[in-house]
Amino acid sequence: MRYESPKTTKEAVTLLSKEKGKTFVLAGGTDLLVKLRMDMIEPDLMIDIKRIPAMNEINKTATGFKIGAAVSGRQLGASKALIKAWPGVVEATNLIGSDQIQGRCTMVGNLCNASPAADSVPAMIAAGAKAVVVGKAKRRTVAVENIVTGPGQTSLAKGEIIEAITLPKRPAKSGDAYLRFIPRTEMDIAVVGVAVSLTCKRGVIDSARVSLGAVAPTPLLVKEAAAAIIGTKLDTEALENLAAACSAACNPIDDKRGTVEYRVRVAGVLAKRAANIAFERAGGKK
Amino acid sequence: MKHDQKYTGQEFKVVGARVERPDGVDKVTGRARYGADANAPGQLVGLVLRSPHAHARIVKIDTSKAEKVAGVKAVLTSADLPDLTNGDAGNYATLVNCMARDRVLYDGHAVAAVAAIDRSSAKKALKLIKVTYEKLPHVTDVDEALKKGAPLVQPTNKQDGKPSNKSGHYEFGHGDVEAGLLEADIVMERSYKTEQTHQGYIEPHACLATVGPDGSGELWVTTQGHFSFRIMCAALLGMDVAKLKVTSSEIGGGFGGKTHVWIEPVALALARKSNRPVKMVMSREEVFKASGPTCATSMDVKIGAKKDGTITAAFIECRYSDGPFPGIWGMLGGMTAWACYDLKNCKAIGVDVLVNRPKVAAYRAPSAPMMAFGVESTIDQLAKELGIDPVEFRLRNVAKEGTRSSYGPVYGPIGIEPTLEAVRDHPHMRAKLRKNQGRGMASGFWFNIGGQTCSDLNVGVDGTVNLTVGTVDVGGARASLSLIAAEELGISYDQVKTNIGDTSSLGHNDTTEGSRGTFSSGMATIFAAREAIEVMKSRAAQMWGIPEDAVEWKDGEARAVGAEHGNLPALSLKEIAAEAGATGGPIAGHHEVTADGSGVSFASHICDVEVDPETGKTTVIRYTVVQDAGKAIHPDYVEGQFQGAAAQGIGWALNEEYVYGEDGCLQNAGFLDYRVPVCSDLPFIDTKILEIPNPNHPYGIRGVGECSIVPPLAAIGNAVSNAVGVRLNHVPMSPPRILKALDDAGA
Amino acid sequence: MTGVHVSTSINGDPVEYVCPADESLLDVLRDRVGLTGVKEGCGTGDCGACSITLDGTLVCACLVLGAEAEGRKITTIEGMANGEKLHPLQRQFIDNAALQCGVCTPGFLIAAKSLLDDNPDPTVEEIRYALAGNLCRCTGYDKIVRAVQAAAKDLRRQKK
Repeated sequence: MRYESPKTTKEAVTLLSKEKGKTFVLAGGTDLLVKLRMDMIEPDLMIDIKRIPAMNEINKTATGFKIGAAVSGRQLGASKALIKAWPGVVEATNLIGSDQIQGRCTMVGNLCNASPAADSVPAMIAAGAKAVVVGKAKRRTVAVENIVTGPGQTSLAKGEIIEAITLPKRPAKSGDAYLRFIPRTEMDIAVVGVAVSLTCKRGVIDSARVSLGAVAPTPLLVKEAAAAIIGTKLDTEALENLAAACSAACNPIDDKRGTVEYRVRVAGVLAKRAANIAFERAGGKK
Repeated sequence: MKHDQKYTGQEFKVVGARVERPDGVDKVTGRARYGADANAPGQLVGLVLRSPHAHARIVKIDTSKAEKVAGVKAVLTSADLPDLTNGDAGNYATLVNCMARDRVLYDGHAVAAVAAIDRSSAKKALKLIKVTYEKLPHVTDVDEALKKGAPLVQPTNKQDGKPSNKSGHYEFGHGDVEAGLLEADIVMERSYKTEQTHQGYIEPHACLATVGPDGSGELWVTTQGHFSFRIMCAALLGMDVAKLKVTSSEIGGGFGGKTHVWIEPVALALARKSNRPVKMVMSREEVFKASGPTCATSMDVKIGAKKDGTITAAFIECRYSDGPFPGIWGMLGGMTAWACYDLKNCKAIGVDVLVNRPKVAAYRAPSAPMMAFGVESTIDQLAKELGIDPVEFRLRNVAKEGTRSSYGPVYGPIGIEPTLEAVRDHPHMRAKLRKNQGRGMASGFWFNIGGQTCSDLNVGVDGTVNLTVGTVDVGGARASLSLIAAEELGISYDQVKTNIGDTSSLGHNDTTEGSRGTFSSGMATIFAAREAIEVMKSRAAQMWGIPEDAVEWKDGEARAVGAEHGNLPALSLKEIAAEAGATGGPIAGHHEVTADGSGVSFASHICDVEVDPETGKTTVIRYTVVQDAGKAIHPDYVEGQFQGAAAQGIGWALNEEYVYGEDGCLQNAGFLDYRVPVCSDLPFIDTKILEIPNPNHPYGIRGVGECSIVPPLAAIGNAVSNAVGVRLNHVPMSPPRILKALDDAGA
Repeated sequence: MTGVHVSTSINGDPVEYVCPADESLLDVLRDRVGLTGVKEGCGTGDCGACSITLDGTLVCACLVLGAEAEGRKITTIEGMANGEKLHPLQRQFIDNAALQCGVCTPGFLIAAKSLLDDNPDPTVEEIRYALAGNLCRCTGYDKIVRAVQAAAKDLRRQKK
C-alpha cells in the first residue's frame, strides 16, 4: 500500500484519477482503518485529505454553511453557530462512537462509507444538505440522499471525491432533531435512526423533511411522513400518522442488531419523539 | 512443622487497612508488562489459520506455497503435533482444540499456523495455505443438539450405548421431590434460556515462546496459572516439566478464560520448529471465536410451596452447551442450584451437551449464574403469587449453620441469612421508585476452592522481606498478601514486597481460579511467615546465648522471657537479619499446602431498573451488593470484586450474547456487537461487606471474587418484572425481547 | 512494500521511524518506538485501551496510520507523569483502587485527562459519557468515576 497526503484538492483529484489500482480516500479513518485491519480492503493507494486546508474548515456563508470533508465530529460539536442553526445535524454526527472516535470521524466519511445505519446521514438528508463533488469533470452539487445507492455504495464516479457538505440558510422558527435507538447508552451502531427537520409559520408546521436510517438498504427520505405533520401543531393524530408513515416506509432486515418487527415499531416511536424535539426547537407550542 | 488452620478470631494490626498496592505505580504509568509487552531478539510473529466452517472434515492441507514465502520460518499443522496424550481424554481434547486433526469443530477452530519475520509475511503465508474441507452438518443450539437425528459433534460419544451429543448427566439433592410436590399448596413450573457469553477480558491472549535445541524452553504468557500451563504445554509437546520455565506476565483480566491454553502450545511448537523465539497475540475476533466462552443453557424449574411460603419440593434440570468437548459444567451448576436454601426435598440435574461452538472455559462462578437465574426468578414469582415479600420468602427457607446443603456437605457458619437481613434493612429498599421503574432482588452462592499452593518468605539483609507466591495476581492480591505477611511478622506493610515467582522458583501452585488466590496463598504465607519467625527466634537465642524456649516473638521483635533472661533488650527483625550470616545463613520460611476448607460465599443483591415501555430499553438506576467475605484483608479490593462481578452479571442479563447464523458461524466476534457494559450504562454500585469468619482459615478468609456474578441475572429479571409487569425467561433481556414480552402481555 | 519515513514528536521528544504505509500508529508505538504502555484490546476502536492524544485531540491509536503522525504531537501514558511525580489522576486511580488488572488504565487516564483539560468540573454523567469509549471489565467503573472526580477536585485546587 502507498500513502499520499496531498496539500490541495486538485492534487487529491489528480492522484485519484491517475491511480490504476484500488484507491481509498482517508478522512478520519474510523471506518476505513477498521476495514484495513480486518483485511476487508487491500488498498494500493490511500489518499489522506486531512492536510488540505479547505477541507478542514467550517464556513458560514450567505447561503448557509459549508463544512469541509475533513472536519471532525469534535470540531463540529465546538461550532456554536452550527449548533444554533442545525442542532440535529450536529447531535447526529456527535453520536457516532466514543470521544476517541469523535476526534477523528467526519460527516463525509460517514456518508461515503454508506452504511445503512450511518448516524449523520438521516440528519443531513432531513436538513436538505448537499454534497459538493469534485473530479476531473466540473464541480457539481448532489443532494445527500442521492449519494448513497446501496450498502457500501455511492453514486460517485471513479476519480471523484466530496470536498464539502453544504447546509442551506435556515429560516426563522426552524428546528431539527435526530434520535437513534441503541441497546446500550453509547458505542452501538444505530438499530433505528430518525431525523426530522421542520420550519413553522404562524405556529403551524409549514415545511418538513423526515429521514430514516438503519431500516432499509439506504437512508430514506420519507415524503409521506413529512406530509403527515405539515399543516399541524403535532397533535396526537398527526404524530400517529407520522409514526405510521415511518413504519410503513421501513424495509429492514433481521440481523444481530435488531429484527424487522422491532425496527418497524421503534421507527414510529422515535419519529414521534424526534418530531416533538424539532418542533420545540423551532419554538413550536402545542 | 504442623500448622493449625483454624480461625482464631485475632485482632488485626495491619490486615484490613486500605493500603496502596505494590504494582499500582507501574500500572498507572504504563510500565507494567503484560503478555504482549515482551520481545526477544530475532523473534518471529506467529499467526493462526482458522476454519471458516462450523463443522467439516479436513480432506487435505497443502502448505507448500506458504513455506516458500520469503521470511517464513515455520509452518505448522497437526502433523507437527504428535499425539502424546496417552489416552488422557482431557489432554487430547486440549491438543485437538489447539490444532484440528481430522475435523474442524467450530467456526474459528485452528487448522494451521505460521511463524515469519513480520506480520505481513505471516499473513501472506496464511493466505497461501490451501485447505480442502468437506462440510458436515452442524448444530449450535443446546436443545437442538439433544433432538433425535441431530448432527453428532463427537460420533464416539455415547449415552446409554447410543451415539449422542449428551456428554454428561449429574444429579444432586436429597429427599423425595415427587412426595414434596404432592404436599405443596402451589406448584410453579417454568422454563428459561440463557445465551452464551464471554469473559470479555480487555487483554487478548498473548505469549512469547522459545525452545532450545536441548529441549528446554521458556514461555512468557498472560495466564491465571503458569504452573498448570507448564504442565499442559510440556505434556502436549513431550517436554520435561522442569525444563519448561513459564513466567506469568501481568494479566489483563482472566475471569476463568485464562486458566486454559489456547495458542501457547502452538507458539512453543512453532518456536521449536523454527528454532527462533515466536510471539503470538490473539486478535479480538480470535478471542471471541477461539478461546473459551461460557455455556449457553436451557432449563426447566419446578418448585412446590405451602401457602406460608415453605418450599416443599424444588427441582431443576439445566442443559449446558459445552462446545465440542465434554466438560463438567453441568456438574458445577447442579451443585450450586439450591445451595442458598434449607430444603427437605430437592433435586438439581446438570446435563452437558456437545455443540459446534468453541470449547467452553470457566467464567467466574462457572455454571452457577444460569441455574440461579432459573431458581431465583421462579422463587420471586412464587413469592408474588403467595403475596409474600421476596426477601421474607427466602428467609423462611434459608440455609443456616447445620443445614444439609443441596449438594451434600453440612454448612458451618455461613452468610446467606445475614446477607438477606442486610438487604431487607438496607436503605436502598426505601428509595423512591417512579413510573416504569421496578425493584428486584436475588441471592447467589459459590463454593470457592483451596488447592495446591506454596510460598517462600525471605528476610533480606536489611530486614525488608521478599514474599514469593505462585498464584497469579488478578486483581490486587499482592497487597493483601503483603498485609498478611506484615501482620504475621509484626512489621509495617511497606517493608514487604510480594512477587509472583516463575515456575522454576517454586513448587507447584494451582491456578488462580475458584476465588482461591488470597485464600490459599494467604494461608501459605501465614505459615511461611511463622516458619521464618521460628528461625528468627532461634537466631536471637544464639545471639543472646540463651535457650530457644526462652524466646518469644511479638510486634516484630524477639523477646527473651522468664525470670533469668527477661531483662535482655529485645532484638528487632532488622537486627536479627543483619547478623544472619554469622548465625547460620539466610533467613527464610517456606510452606507447601493443599489448602482446603475454603469457606463458601453467599451474596444478595438489590437492583432498580427503569424500562422504556415503547422500546424495551432497560436502564439500571440503582444497584447494591451485599456479600460475605469472611474477612476482608483489603476492603477496597474486596469491594472491587463485588462491583466488577456485578457489572459482568448486569451485562450478561441485559445485552451480552453470542449470535450465531444458520451457517453455524459467529456473527458478533467483536466489542462493537458483543455488548459489554460501558461506563455510561451503569450507576455507582453500592457494596456492603459482611464478615462471617471462615472457621477453617486462620484469618477467617473466604474467597470473594466470584459470587457476585451469580445474583444479577435474576435480580434484573425480577426488577424488570416489577417495572413493567412482564417476566423475561430468556437472557439477555435485550430490548427486542422485552418489547415482544410487552406486546404478548398486552395482546 | 516501500516504507514511509515519519518525523514526529512523542511526549515532547523528537522521534523518527520508518513504517509500512498500512501500519497503525498503535503498532508503530508498541513495536517500533517501544512504548508498550498503549495497549491493543480490540484493534477496531471499540475499547479505548490504545487511547492517545494527537495534536491535543483524544483518539484511538489503532485508528490512525503511523504515516499520519508526520509533523504532529503525540502524547501517551508514558508522558503523563512529571518525572517521578505522578499526575493527580494517576495518584487518585491508585488511591481509589480504580484499577484491578490495570490493562485498561493507561487508556482511561489519557481519556480522563482529555476530559478534565476541556471540562475541569464535570458532572458524574459527563464523566461517564466521556469515558464511554474506554472499556473496563474488572471494576464496573464505580471506582474509576470516583477517582476522576477526586482528581478533578485536586486539579481545580491546584489552579487556584
